[in-house]
Order: sequence, then C-alpha cells, then structure tokens
Amino acid sequence: MTANPRFFSRSELVGLGVLALLLVVILPMSLDIFRLNLVAKYLTYSFVALGLVICWGYGGILSLGQGVFFGIGGYCMAMFLKLEASSVENTKIQSTPGIPDFMDWNQITQLPLFWQPFHSLTLSILAVFVVPAIFAFIIGAAMFKRRVGGVYFAIITQAIAAILTILIVGQQGYTGGINGITDLRTLHGWDIRTDSAKFILYFVEVACLFGCLLVALFVKHSKLGRILLAMRDKEDRVRFSGYSVANFKIFAFCLSAVFASIGGALFTLEVGFMSPSFVGIVPSIEMVIYAAVGGRMSIFGAVYGTMVVNYAKTSLSESFPELWQFAFGALFIAVVMLFPNGLAGAWNEYVQPLIDRTFSRNKRSTSVASEHPLANGAPAE
Amino acid sequence: MATEDEGPQSRLRRSLLMGMAAAPFAGLLPKTAFAGAPATSAINTTGLAVTDTEVTVGILHSVTGTMAISETGSVEAEKLAIQQINDAGGILGRKIKIIQEDGASDWPTFAEKAKKLLVNDHVAAIFGCWTSASRKAVLPVVEQYNGMLYYPTFYEGLEQSKNVIYTGQEATQQILASLNWVNKEKGAKTFFMVGSDYIWPRTSNKIARKHIEGHLEGCKVVGEEYFPLGATQFNSVINKIKLKKPDVIWMDVVGGSNVAFYKQLKAAGINLDKQLLLTISVTEDEIDGIGGENIAGAYACMKYFESLKNPNNEAFVSAFHKMWGDKTVIGDVTQAAYLGPNLWKLTAEKAGSFDIDKIAAASPGIEFKGAPEGYVKIHDNHHLWSRTRVGRARPDGQFDVVFETPDLIEPNPFPKGYQ
Repeated sequence: MTANPRFFSRSELVGLGVLALLLVVILPMSLDIFRLNLVAKYLTYSFVALGLVICWGYGGILSLGQGVFFGIGGYCMAMFLKLEASSVENTKIQSTPGIPDFMDWNQITQLPLFWQPFHSLTLSILAVFVVPAIFAFIIGAAMFKRRVGGVYFAIITQAIAAILTILIVGQQGYTGGINGITDLRTLHGWDIRTDSAKFILYFVEVACLFGCLLVALFVKHSKLGRILLAMRDKEDRVRFSGYSVANFKIFAFCLSAVFASIGGALFTLEVGFMSPSFVGIVPSIEMVIYAAVGGRMSIFGAVYGTMVVNYAKTSLSESFPELWQFAFGALFIAVVMLFPNGLAGAWNEYVQPLIDRTFSRNKRSTSVASEHPLANGAPAE
Repeated sequence: MATEDEGPQSRLRRSLLMGMAAAPFAGLLPKTAFAGAPATSAINTTGLAVTDTEVTVGILHSVTGTMAISETGSVEAEKLAIQQINDAGGILGRKIKIIQEDGASDWPTFAEKAKKLLVNDHVAAIFGCWTSASRKAVLPVVEQYNGMLYYPTFYEGLEQSKNVIYTGQEATQQILASLNWVNKEKGAKTFFMVGSDYIWPRTSNKIARKHIEGHLEGCKVVGEEYFPLGATQFNSVINKIKLKKPDVIWMDVVGGSNVAFYKQLKAAGINLDKQLLLTISVTEDEIDGIGGENIAGAYACMKYFESLKNPNNEAFVSAFHKMWGDKTVIGDVTQAAYLGPNLWKLTAEKAGSFDIDKIAAASPGIEFKGAPEGYVKIHDNHHLWSRTRVGRARPDGQFDVVFETPDLIEPNPFPKGYQ
C-alpha cells in the first residue's frame, strides 16, 4: 500500500478522471437520448457491482441475493412515484379513486399502512438508504455472529431472494404482483418521462455513482479496507488479533446493500417501473456476473464490466433476436476463461505495463506495482 | 408448439414456402393495394419509418425464455399475415418490412425493446406482447412515444388505450357466455376454481364468481385456489376437489403448470368424461405439451379453435402449415395475432395514412371479414367484437366445437357490477 492510505493513488485519480470524461463528456455528446438512457440503465446495475466489489472482492462475502436490495430501493422509489401518479383525478375510473390501480383490481379499498410513508419524498429517499441497511444488518448479524460464511451464506442469500420474490408475487394487492409497479409519471410534479428529464436524470445518476465510487475508494484505503482483505485471506488470524470479524463483515454487507438500493431507486427513475423480475435469484446472479466480468477486485472494473455486459446484451439481442442468448453465454465463458480476474485483471496484466513503460521511464521511484494490488499478485482465491 | 428447429430449414425453402402460402390468399385481399401509391409526405406526417416503397413495423415477442413456447405461435402468425399482405401488394403501395425484437420473457426487456422500436426505428406499428405483465411494461412506452400496439392475448380487461388494439378477448367476452352454457346445457350448479397467482386468473375468477353468484340461479363457488406460476404440485387441490365434488372444475392455470395438473388429475382417477372441467387457459398450443390423452374430454372456452369449419379458417390453417410445417398447431392467441397486421392494413387504408393518431381514430368500426374466427369488428374501446365458443378436447389435441354464441359479443373491459 502507498505511504499515505487516506489519499487516492495517482492511478486512481487518473481512473476517476477517465471515467468522468467518458460518462460526463464523451457518452452524452456521442449518443442520442435513447441510447444514453440505456447507458443510464446499465449504470444503475454498476452500483450493485460496486457493492459486490467491496463485499465479495475485498470482504470475501459472496452474496447471491443483491437483487433483494436493488429491489428494496427500486420499490421504495416506485411506491412514492405510484402514489403521485394515482391522484384522485387520474384514477377516477376506479371503484376507489386515489389508490394505485392494482390495488383497485384486487378489491383493496384503502391504502395499506406501510404505503403511507411513501407520500413523502423525503421519507421515501430516506427509506432507500435505511431499509436495506437495516435489512442487511439483520441478515448479517444473524449470519456472521454465528460464523456462517462462504457457500452457506451464498445459499441463504439466494433463499432470501427467492422468498422475497414469492412474497411480492403472492401479495399482488399490496405490491402489484408479477406485473410490478408500472406507469410511473412524475417526481414531485416533474415529468420524468420527457427527454430533457432523462438527460438530467442521467447526470444525477452519474453524480451519485461518483459519490459511491469515492466512498468505495475511501473504504479500500482505510484501515477497514485492509482488515477486510486480511479477513478474506485468513479470517482466524484477524480474529485472534482481537478484531471483531463479524462486525466488519456486517458493515461491508450493509454498505453493498445500500449501494444496490441506490442503484434500484435510480433504476426506477430511469426506466419508469419496478417489478419482481429484478429481485429473484436469476437477476441476483447476473449482478454477480457483472462484478466478475469487470474484475471483482476492481472498483472501476465494476463499472466497466457492467457497461460491457449490458451493452453486449442489448446489441446481441438486437442483432440476433433468436440466438443472442447463446452468444451472450459464450461471451461470458470466454471472458472468465481468458481473464480470470475480469477486465480489470486483463488491463493490469497487459495494458497497464505498456502504459507505464511508455510514460514513466523517468519516474522509476514510484513503485507502480504497489498501486495495483491485483498486478502485485494479490492472493487469488 | 413449434420451436425454431421445426420451422422451415433453409432460407430458400422458407421464401418458397412463403410464396406458396400466400398464393391462395392473394384473391381474398382487397385490390386497393394495387392502385397508384400515394405520396409519402401525405401518408406520413409524423416521421415514421415510411419510404416510397416500404413501411417498417416491429414484432416484439419472447422468442427466448419461458414464454417462448407460447409466443412463437404469435410471431409465426404475424409473419404469415405480413407475408400475405406483401404478396398482395402491401399497404398503401408499400411493402411491410419487419424489425423483430426479443422480449426474452422479461418485462423490462419488453419495455426497452418497445422504446427502441419507437424511438430508434420509428416503426409504424408494433405487433407484440403476450403476458399481461409485458403489456403493462410496454403500455407507458407506447403511450408516451405515441406508438400503435396490436396485442393478441385474451386478458383481464380493466384497460383501454388510444395506442393499443386488443385483438384477443377481454375477460367478460370469454367467461360469461361459457358459464351460461355450462349452467343451462349441463345443469352445473357448483364450481371449484383453480388458477395461477397473478392478475389475469384472479380478475377472471372475480368476474366468474360475480356471475355465478349473482346471475346464475342457485349456483355457487365451492372453492378457489391459486398457485404460483410454474407450480407443479397439485395433489392437495385435487384432493379438495374430490372431497367437494363440484359440478365444474373451473381452470385458469397457465403455462407449463398445466402439464403437471392434468397428469396428476388423471392419476388421481378423475375421469374427464364424467367430471366437467371448463378451462379458459388451454389452447391447442398447451395441449401439445399436456398430451391429448391427458386432457381429452375437458371443455375450453375460447373464440377460436383450429378445427373451426369455415373457408377463411381452412385457407388460414393450410397457409400456416405450409409456412411453418405440418406439426405446428394453431391456438386462440395465434389466430388473434394473425388479425393484428390485417386489421392494421384495413385501418391504414381507411385512414389513408400511417399516422398513429389517424390510425387510432380510424380503428373503431373496422371490419375484417377474412378473419379465421369469422367476421370481427373493432369497437370504440379498441377491443374486438367476437364470438365465444366452447370446444371439447380430443385425444389428438384438437377440439370439437360444441357451442358458439349466435351473435358477436360486445367487448366490455370495464364491466359494471363485476369489479
């Protein structure tokens, strides 16, 4: 590690700069609003991948249930938007005007209690942060205090994802069921469906992403980050050194849950609806794939990995509507076989040394390797 | 149900078959298409993908994922209809070009692809969606970007949009007449309902229950059970059915769950020759999976069966088999999907334009006399007037039509007294 861990290393500053250039200047200038909105959709998943880098890459806690937290954030935002869209005059065709349409179809005549807080935007945004944190804390405390980890933890998170999906689908009067919460229109009177709104939302999202990136980088460089790494590699040694391993794990898991939830809330705003198809086992595993393709040890890799995988998904399915899933699967297998450490691993192995050789001949004193735990042979699992 | 492997194998064979398939239809279609084509600027004032020779439409169904088994039939029917229209000269002098997108059985993907078709490709119409969830995901998109969606599936109603033409039945069209029939003809008094747990079965059963308890004398519902999509364990509900001995088992379980249900029903010794079973969710497509011997004797209420006897249907069935192979079957939704492009053509010719607003305004009152199900007409509420029919499943996977309503039934997506 560098001498002063509190500050970001030079290559990380370059990384932030390049990503900012790409997201703030190059993409908005080169893409039409439809494609830019797709990029915005991809980026919402990168919040989840970023959380997985912290929790899986650094902490060694593989969660196969991140869709749960993505869904919590998404539903919190969707409930607020749905209530706003279900004003009395918008819903006068219903037998009970003023409640969301799917409640009316399910013979519910009064807004359920747990929907009430979502009349307020402040409370809804608060819920996006607090609800997943509490939920992750309960799961984490129950598991990690008992030293449940590894595969067992992964299986339990999967089970939670399955349970939550069944709950949402089964309670359709309260949740919209398998259709999800659709037809969302305005945020505090501001129409989120217009092109200009999509444009603004994109930049709001990029700002949020950079906020999360900074938090992730800070965690990585803090003592906490190093304890996480140490824990991942030799949990018992950390425990015998007097650290409470469970508490650190709970923190990493909660942080990844909040990141996922922010992504979910932004997803609802960008795409205009939320459904249980983001909550279950399959989407949760897909989110792990994003982190794996990007490189599970790399904070920037998470963002690029998510964008690459989702772009491939879109373009392959547009070109080969009937065969694209085979191509998509092949692509994933190829990346994992050729670059076990993901795109970031490939970059550090092949591209970065080239760049360093070209640009830093006169700066031999700065140890390049020390800035790249991965290239430096971070213990691969 | 056809998979892609069962379709025509080579490009050459496919195009040959398309040509052959369309030949018998050329004479059926109006000749207006051959008249001098109007100028593009006159028939397209809103920037749709219309050139002097072509008009672009989108097909948006799942061809991958769990819904592919159901939606493939709709894709095939829509392609057949478009091929026939092109062979007869196209619409307003323009050939139809198809951009196909895959919804991948995933509702957000449907929304993304619908947006792509409208914003990127500027299609003049979208033929697509199957499940209610996919339609609910696409609806805000077509309304916002002012597209035109032709939706083929029978569905729960409670919806009406300027931007959607519903070519399937809404719930009351499918349910009420068949309940009257089973009550009057079969003397049924007690009903046990089994459905999949989502909006369509729940709404359909709500309507059926109101009708049974409110409009049919002395009738009642003795049980109502729901199972998650994809459920395969029905033994508990089958035991309850044996205990309650209802006159009619009323079914709206969808998709693959049907295979398990009917096999377990047969294994439990319930003989469909003696036990009345009325389903609103099994078409020829599903029987392909269930196996005709497992469901023979059950009654289905639909608006269309492949075995319908009329000249339109005979021509349609033979063209469909020529294009997609003899093993394919044609279910209710496949036929409804076939109506989409044909109705759109008639509407565009009446409106003299491809503009979405003019198509929407011209749609009410459009009549399609060549429909395989018989004459249909678009109502002011953008649903179709159509007949309800009851068919009895045969071991060979086809239905014998045992009842049809004498008149077309008015679509009523917001039925008073049934909500």
